[in-house]
Amino acid sequence: MREFFNRLASFFRGKQRDGELADELESHLALAIEENIRSGMTPDEARRQAMIRFGGLESAKEGQRDARSLPVLERLAQDLRYAWRAMRREPGFALFAILIVGLGIAASATVFSVINTVLIRPLPFEHPQDLVWIANFDKNDENMSGQTLQVLPFLAYRERNQSFTDVAAYFAFYGAGDTKLNINGNIEPLNSLPVSQNFFPLLGVHPLIGRQFSAEECKWNGPKAVMLSYGFWRQQFGADPHIVGRSLNLDGTPTTVAGVLPPTFDFGSVFAPGTHMDIYVPFPLTPETDRWGNTIAVVGRIKPGISIAAAQSEAAALSKHITAQYPNKNSLDLTLTPLKKHVSGNFRPALLVLACAVGVVMLIVCANLSNLLLARSTARQKELAIRSALGAGRGRLIQQILTESVLLSICGGALGIVLAVSATVGLAHLGTFKIPLLTAVHIDGSALLFTLALAVITGLVFGVVPALQVPKIAVNDSLKEQHRGSTDSRSHAWMRGALVVSEIAFACVLVVGAGLLIRSFVRLLDVNLGFQPAHAAAMHFYPGAPLNSSAKTNSYVGEVLRRVAAIPGVEGAGFIDSLPLGRNRTWGAPAKGVVYRRDNYPLAFVHIVSEGYMEAMHIPLVAGRYFSAHDNGNGEAAIIINETLARTLWPGQKAVGKLMAAAGGRDQHVIGVVKDVHHISLEKASGGEMYLPMRQVQDFGSLNLVVRSRLDDTVLSRSVQAALLPFDRGLAHEQFFPLQQIVDQSVSPRRFIVLLLTGFACFALILASLGIYAVISYSVGQRTQEIGIRMALGASPGHLQKRFLLDTLLLALIGLAIGTVASGILTRTMAGLLFGITPSDPVTFASMVVVLTIVAACAGYFPARRASRIDPMIALRAE
Amino acid sequence: MADSKLDLLQGTLDVMVLQTLAVLGAQHGYGIARRIEQVSGNEVLLNQGTIYASLVRLQHRGWISAKWGASDNNRKAKYYSITSNGRKRLAEDMAYWNRLSNVMARVLAITPEA
Repeated sequence: MREFFNRLASFFRGKQRDGELADELESHLALAIEENIRSGMTPDEARRQAMIRFGGLESAKEGQRDARSLPVLERLAQDLRYAWRAMRREPGFALFAILIVGLGIAASATVFSVINTVLIRPLPFEHPQDLVWIANFDKNDENMSGQTLQVLPFLAYRERNQSFTDVAAYFAFYGAGDTKLNINGNIEPLNSLPVSQNFFPLLGVHPLIGRQFSAEECKWNGPKAVMLSYGFWRQQFGADPHIVGRSLNLDGTPTTVAGVLPPTFDFGSVFAPGTHMDIYVPFPLTPETDRWGNTIAVVGRIKPGISIAAAQSEAAALSKHITAQYPNKNSLDLTLTPLKKHVSGNFRPALLVLACAVGVVMLIVCANLSNLLLARSTARQKELAIRSALGAGRGRLIQQILTESVLLSICGGALGIVLAVSATVGLAHLGTFKIPLLTAVHIDGSALLFTLALAVITGLVFGVVPALQVPKIAVNDSLKEQHRGSTDSRSHAWMRGALVVSEIAFACVLVVGAGLLIRSFVRLLDVNLGFQPAHAAAMHFYPGAPLNSSAKTNSYVGEVLRRVAAIPGVEGAGFIDSLPLGRNRTWGAPAKGVVYRRDNYPLAFVHIVSEGYMEAMHIPLVAGRYFSAHDNGNGEAAIIINETLARTLWPGQKAVGKLMAAAGGRDQHVIGVVKDVHHISLEKASGGEMYLPMRQVQDFGSLNLVVRSRLDDTVLSRSVQAALLPFDRGLAHEQFFPLQQIVDQSVSPRRFIVLLLTGFACFALILASLGIYAVISYSVGQRTQEIGIRMALGASPGHLQKRFLLDTLLLALIGLAIGTVASGILTRTMAGLLFGITPSDPVTFASMVVVLTIVAACAGYFPARRASRIDPMIALRAE
Repeated sequence: MADSKLDLLQGTLDVMVLQTLAVLGAQHGYGIARRIEQVSGNEVLLNQGTIYASLVRLQHRGWISAKWGASDNNRKAKYYSITSNGRKRLAEDMAYWNRLSNVMARVLAITPEA
């Protein structure tokens, strides 16, 4: 052990030790010479005798070096020095190789980090594997009302179940910015989430400072309390440690700060990707909140040793009992899913496709570098032959070549890590993609280890093929360079061809995959949304005083719309509670006088809107009329429904003029039918929808103003604020955003996948074309003399050019054939990610063939042209 | 002449160096080499240079230590001396060599009659 460390130390101080040794040997010889002179020799003879007695100076040094240091390391250091010199000699090659490996590894490490975060790493809670998402009627859609529970049935379930240690809830219909913080007269709208008392304890989230909510605070009309998110605490209060116990003015009520949550807790990234929460308030589980209907989302912690399946069958039985017990409450039909699966399960197929894609990219990278190194090792045959003639063993030469390739790949790995770190930081801070946990993406230890392993494996893989060529080199032949051009070793040519073919085939798969996703994306963007996002803008609207009565709403809505409509350039304006593709809720939507079976009860998405909204959104009217300012508390109750709901309720009949009993109180007259709007996502048809006039129904938590105008957003924001500020001082902060933004947000996960996969496909295409270029130009270079002879014998340049192009196309064709078959098989697994096309979409496959053929032809064209320009005289004289 | 010299067995040089240092005290490389040659009566085929590999090996193992100093006629030289670990080792090696040479002597003394 001690010897090993001493040797290691000597290895790193080689220079110094060499110097000491030289000094020592010098004094040795001097002593010997002196003694010889004393015994009567002439100085010259004394020196000669001393040298003879000493033996070889160099071999003594070498022996001492071997004894003091680690020969393996010494050789490695030699190889590295040599490899470094080789890299410096051909900087273009080295740079190119490092760049390819770096990009490939960066892509892999980034994708792996994303997958690791979203799919593999446990949720940032205590014992996250025990957490279960408890949904009502989960048909795996994003319809929020379909997943939420009513308070009393929830309490009954919480009490009776034997499967969970505890069950907690949060209020799913929180409105964005619906809580107002008043600091010295400055109104700040906050995103606030009402949670049950046990919500944080159940997740195992402990306040950074302060305490959890008390039981008293979670009663109806109990003392007001709030917990702050870490980000909000830092940003608003400068991380003031004395904030706990202070009173904040929230919605005009003094509210005590109970605690601050830790930075690791990010509600939005887990439960509602793309959003963030500022504060958390207690949600009372009482008869008062029960009246609101299905409003709470539920998470449970399963008891140790109980399986989800067992809990599920218990939940099914309890659902029936509780539903029967509370005939007047909303029914219960619970579905349990592990929380992790609920959060990221939807992204699994897409991320797995990405993982495969990145694997293929790495294979292409390896093939390409193998090819490059192979080309280089052929060019270096002479050098290798000389070294082997000087006594280097085959093992030693292979070690040398492998060292070089591993060095290249490790440099590439270093570059890859830099790129991957910046890519993941970028992804985490982008925040525009609605993908859960993405904000938590970072390169962690396992990702780094993975990357490093990848780099070394890449080096070994792409180094192995050229290294194996070494023993085949016959020293004699290489040195004499007897082969006159055309007799390049056939196995070489074959291997290089095979590498290029596989590159093309891999590229095929990626191009087809990316093509299918791009086509789906385009199809998706072509979907008729039911409204026109272009030239319209929206803003979140936070009235200074709550609109809790019909009279207040009437005057407020009327005044705002009047002032906005008066702005020059505004073509239309109207309010809605929540915009399409955002939050949603469903209510029962029965026709008056019809008795439905409980499992067939019509449900519809409900939107509360003002007059002018549909006109501003350009939602086409099919029959009847839009809302007007007269649909207020004095007029008869009015409702507008979409075509789907009209067909469901009154198939084959005119809906306008019929009566519905959709909201409490008076029956509603259907005054109009409009086209369907995509409210959940672009992929899913909307189902039944109904619109209720804001002047009659005040059951809404948030407000959005939509304005149709060709004005620029900032100009619009300024004019609208100028028009409204004298009327309501609370509107100072919000800005307009283009309506297109909600569409973009909705398709962002898909855009994420499309962007990455397209990037990979382009990278693959570039690499494949470089591979073709390298192979063809190498073969032109090797056959210069043959070409010269052919030309001298009368072959025309055009003919030669055609021959090389045909060679290229032959390679491309084989690759295409293999690639097409492989893609045909592989893309079937992508069916779930596609929209509006089949996995065997002929357009995509045809374009792939065209693109790849063109790329191959271009890559082969330049070397082919060079071949045709060869001067036969020069070619024949060469060598 | 050269044929009649003894080729050194692996590891024997190390023992000789240790013993020389144990007897003579601190000594430089040349001194050690000369001493071994003299004691062996020029029987050993020793390239003086090879002693340096042995010296560095013994140093790494902690059996000898080295220090730069000045020779009798004021020449700078590296002086080696044996450490206590080295003495322990030397004792073990000596016991081993004595046993080995005894055994060898006995084995080689066997004659057909006996």
